[in-house]
Amino acid sequence: MENNHLPNYLEYRGKRTGLLGWLTTTDHKRIGLLYFYSMMTFFLTGAVLGILMRLELIAPGRQLVDAQTYNAFFTLHGLAMIFLFVIPGVGAVFGNFMLPIMLGAKDVAFPKVNLLSWYLYVLGAIIVLTSQFMGDGPPDTGWTFYAPYSLKTQTNVVAAVFGAFVLGFSSILTGLNFITTMHRMRAPGMGWKRMPMFAWTLYATGWIQLLATPIVGITLLMLAAERLLGIGFFDPAIGGDPILFQHLFWTYSHPAVYIMILPAMGVISEIIPTFSRKPLFGYTALIVSSMAIAFVGYFVWGHHMFTSGMSEGARWVFSFLSFIVAIPSAIKVFNWTATLYKGAINLQTPFWWAMAFIFVFMIGGFSGLVVGSLATDIHVHDTYFVVAHFHYIVFGGTGFAFFAAMHYWWPKIYGRMYNTKIANIGLLIFFTGFNMLYFPMFILGLMGMPRRYYDYLPQFQDGNVISTIGSWIMISGLIIIITNLIRAKKQTGKIVDNPWNGPTLEWSIQSPPTLENFEELPVVTHGPYEFK
Amino acid sequence: MSKENNHISSYKDHLLVLALLITLTVITVAITSIELNAFNTAAAMLIASCKAAIVLLYFMHLRFDQKIFLIMAFLVIALLVVVIGITFIDYLYR
Repeated sequence: MENNHLPNYLEYRGKRTGLLGWLTTTDHKRIGLLYFYSMMTFFLTGAVLGILMRLELIAPGRQLVDAQTYNAFFTLHGLAMIFLFVIPGVGAVFGNFMLPIMLGAKDVAFPKVNLLSWYLYVLGAIIVLTSQFMGDGPPDTGWTFYAPYSLKTQTNVVAAVFGAFVLGFSSILTGLNFITTMHRMRAPGMGWKRMPMFAWTLYATGWIQLLATPIVGITLLMLAAERLLGIGFFDPAIGGDPILFQHLFWTYSHPAVYIMILPAMGVISEIIPTFSRKPLFGYTALIVSSMAIAFVGYFVWGHHMFTSGMSEGARWVFSFLSFIVAIPSAIKVFNWTATLYKGAINLQTPFWWAMAFIFVFMIGGFSGLVVGSLATDIHVHDTYFVVAHFHYIVFGGTGFAFFAAMHYWWPKIYGRMYNTKIANIGLLIFFTGFNMLYFPMFILGLMGMPRRYYDYLPQFQDGNVISTIGSWIMISGLIIIITNLIRAKKQTGKIVDNPWNGPTLEWSIQSPPTLENFEELPVVTHGPYEFK
Repeated sequence: MSKENNHISSYKDHLLVLALLITLTVITVAITSIELNAFNTAAAMLIASCKAAIVLLYFMHLRFDQKIFLIMAFLVIALLVVVIGITFIDYLYR
């Protein structure tokens, strides 16, 4: 360690040390890392389940597991990836770590609540995971818990639903914390129009977390109440309406897609100016588009239900609104590419990740218009086309941005630089595997292969074989990427404060940061993307 | 917030609001005995909305607080109304 560096947050010894020091910390950076380590564990669990599912689907008939186990696999895969990885994802890890620093603050507004959020997250995760091994067997409903099947199945749905309910509270508290931090904790001179775009996307996300998450909480409680007490909310046999469940579920779960994707867009909005050496093009338009995505994103949930028996009038309203929400998303992509124009582009690993993000996100976005359109959705609904679409958005969007953020901020978090050559090779392999894994699913879907099925007809085998081989390639890339980063973390050597010449406040302090980030509170005199 | 902005409601006001809420609850129950068909639910929702508004304005002090809190609460309620409204596009035209 260099002499001019002060003790950083990793070395800091408070009242408690060791593991207890971490488990009782209220430091936003350590909490960010607590999220990071737990989230990576769940992500890898979900990835292993995904690999096993792909292995099962390499040929028609039984290969590895029986149908019931396969159903449990895809339910847990969905629960782990959606509720434990992508929804908290970028915001909980990098938002926690970077937001206060980007604003020039010492911590979030409610540090203890922040720690409580992590504990609720872990508690929810434990409940979801143990639901697989308790009671009458692992849930087999898929992560959406659609009624009336979720009311009828004998599997352990109530525990999984309760886990998701607890996770919702974690999300609400994080959103509340971030919103308050941005309102109350900005450094002198840090006006709203001087906040980095990542902060703005977290602000928009915070409002969605606050206002949409209670809806799924109450919905899941209604489901549990119907199972346990027989109250007729959703089961038509006792006077309920199964489509009401879908309305309530998607009223949250579609905005949840924006909880996932908005901070991801924020990460890309940080990386592109840094590696183009240019201010972000259309800063105000990007702010407005973030808020517009958060707002309009509330009103598009019905596009998940075009074939469920919803009225025709509602269907065209939802289809229209879904097309509207594509506009602010497109504004972002146009602004990113305009930022590149005539920039002094520095082809480093985070930049390549950002480019990969835009590529796969565009495929995911355009295929979203196919399923958002009434006529075409009738044909592709519940086929592998939809599986391909949401993996391109959720994994290709949020997942790629998560990895982009890891490579961008790794030197800041740990003070160590990774081997960029190996990182680039890992990305190339990962990117190739990703497209090989998911692109054939578009074709399979258009050919009519239904999703969620354990088995398929022989004519679908070619696409499934390519897809499964793609999963092996992708996981190889993932292993290279993670190993490379872990090696960097462990190495001793030169500490890097600002390897990318980043313009925002987090790059103005030492790496890793000190406990309170700034020795003196900064006074901000200019916008976030001014390059010398 | 500065101290002079803090509004302390009198017991009399609290009791008045309580009486109003109890009266509205009685009306909610009484109205079920009148046959209003589809409007039974609408009437119940209307009374419930009045009760919620009274709680927000008096017990939760929105009436006496800075306008920004009133606006924020209004926006959240407006959002809920729009969400329920859009959902009813399905139910009305099914």
